[in-house]
Amino acid sequence: MNFPDDLKYSDHDEWARLDGDVVTLGISDYAQDALGELVHVELPEVGDSIAVGEALCEVESVKAVAEVYSPVDGEIIEVNEALDGEEETVNTDPYGAGWLVKIRVTNGSQLDALMSVADYRAKVEAG
Amino acid sequence: MSLRTPLYDRHVAHGARIVDFAGFDMPVQYSGLKEEHARVREAVGLFDVSHMGEIRVKGPKALEAVEWLCSNHNAEIEVNQAQYNVLCNEEGGVVDDLVVYRLAEDDFILCVNAANRAKDFAWVVKHGSREGVTITDEGDDWAQIAVQGPKAAATLAKLTDADLDAIGVYHFLPGSVAGVEGCLIARTGYTGEDGFEVFGPSDAAVQIWDALLEAGEEFGVLPIGLGARDTLRLEVRYCLYGHELSDETSPLQAGLGWITKLDRDFLGADAVRARKGKAKHRLCGMVIHGKRIAREGMNVLHEGEVVGHITSGTRSPSLGIGICLAYVRPDLSRVGTRLVIDVRGREAEAEVVKGPFYKRD
Repeated sequence: MNFPDDLKYSDHDEWARLDGDVVTLGISDYAQDALGELVHVELPEVGDSIAVGEALCEVESVKAVAEVYSPVDGEIIEVNEALDGEEETVNTDPYGAGWLVKIRVTNGSQLDALMSVADYRAKVEAG
Repeated sequence: MSLRTPLYDRHVAHGARIVDFAGFDMPVQYSGLKEEHARVREAVGLFDVSHMGEIRVKGPKALEAVEWLCSNHNAEIEVNQAQYNVLCNEEGGVVDDLVVYRLAEDDFILCVNAANRAKDFAWVVKHGSREGVTITDEGDDWAQIAVQGPKAAATLAKLTDADLDAIGVYHFLPGSVAGVEGCLIARTGYTGEDGFEVFGPSDAAVQIWDALLEAGEEFGVLPIGLGARDTLRLEVRYCLYGHELSDETSPLQAGLGWITKLDRDFLGADAVRARKGKAKHRLCGMVIHGKRIAREGMNVLHEGEVVGHITSGTRSPSLGIGICLAYVRPDLSRVGTRLVIDVRGREAEAEVVKGPFYKRD
C-alpha cells in the first residue's frame, strides 16, 4: 500500500497536507481499499466552519459508509466537485485527484497531533 | 469455525476479498463490484453458490411431503422442472424461500438459503417425515456454480452434452459438464439475466469451475462475488431472506402472493389466510431522487412520522440511481407515493415504483 512521506495521517485514516494556511484532506490508500469502490461522497458546503474532530463529510461504497473527520479548526474553502459521478477517483488516486476538501486553518500546528508516515504505517500493519 | 466451499482455494487464488457469510468464508468481490456487476449484465459471470443447501426428499410419498411443506402448486410441475416456493411456519411467517427441483415423479431437491440450512433441514424432517419418504441433507454433496449473463449459454454449451436450447426457464436437465457426470443443469438464477445454475458433485467443483472460466474467456468471463450478487438481485427486486423475508413476515406482505397458493392446504396456509389484508407494513420498491443511498434499517418517513424501514438498499450499478426495498404502511406502498428516507439525519426523497428496477432487453 502507498503512504506518501510528506503527509500526516489520522487515527481515522484521513491524510492531511498543509500548504501555507490551507489543509488539503483525503482518505488514505488503506481506507479506500477497506471501503471498496466509492459510489457517493457527501461533501460539506464551502464556507462551513469546522472544528477539530467534527465529521465533515461521508464517503460511501456500495457496501459501507464512513465519516471523514476534520483534524483541524477552520473554514471549508473548497470541495472536490469533480468527484460527482466519478467517486471512484478516490479509490484510484486517493492522494491526488481523489482529495476531498480544503480547509483554511486557524492554527496549522494542530496537525502536529497527527501521525507521521512511519507511525501510520505501523498502525496499519498492526491491524 | 468457518465453513469453506470446495472452491475456497480458487477464490483466494483469484485474489478475492473473503468475508464471513452465513458461516462460510465467501468471496465478496474479486476485481471490483461495479466491474463484476456490469460483466454479468453485458457478458457472463461465474458465481460459487456451493454454500446453498440441498435437501433431498424422495420416495412414493415425496410429492405429498413437498406439497405440505411448500406454498406453490408443486403437483403441477413436471419432471425436470423447478419452481420458486416458500416454507411457512404455523404463524404464517416464512421459514425460508427456496427452489424446488423435481428430478423424478417421486424425487425432489429443495435448494435453500445457506443461512437457513440447519433450520430448514430440521423443519423439513419435523414436518415432512412420513412413511414412504426419505429426507437427506445433501448440502455438502453438491457444489453449485451459477453461470449468468447473455453469454452464459454460449459458455456452458462448449462444455456439456445437454441440449441447452431444450432447457426452458425454470427447467433443468441432468447431464455432464466439463467431463463430470451426474450434474444438473438448471436455467435458474438470481441476477435477472439468462443463465444457468450447475449442480455438480462437490469433489468435482474445481474441475467444473476451471473449465467454465476457460470456456468463458473469449466472452470476458469474470468470477463474481457476493457483493455483485446482491446488487444484481436487488436491481431485479428479488427478495433476500433475512432482509425482506423472516420467520415473522407473511409471504403476502412481501409480495410473494404469486407463489403462495391459498386455494389449497399447506403448512401455515391457515395462518397466512388469517393474516391476509391485516399487515401493518407491505414491501415496496423505491427509487431515490438525489445522490444519497438508502441502507438496511433506515427509517422511512411520511409527513415527519416514521411509517416503515429499509430492508435493502444500494446505488444501482446499472442505472446509476439509488434503489431500495422497504416495508411501509400499506396505504403508502402504492406506486407513485412520495416518501422520505432518513439517511443518517439527512433527508432523501424517494418514490414508490412498480416492478423490477432493471429489465433486460
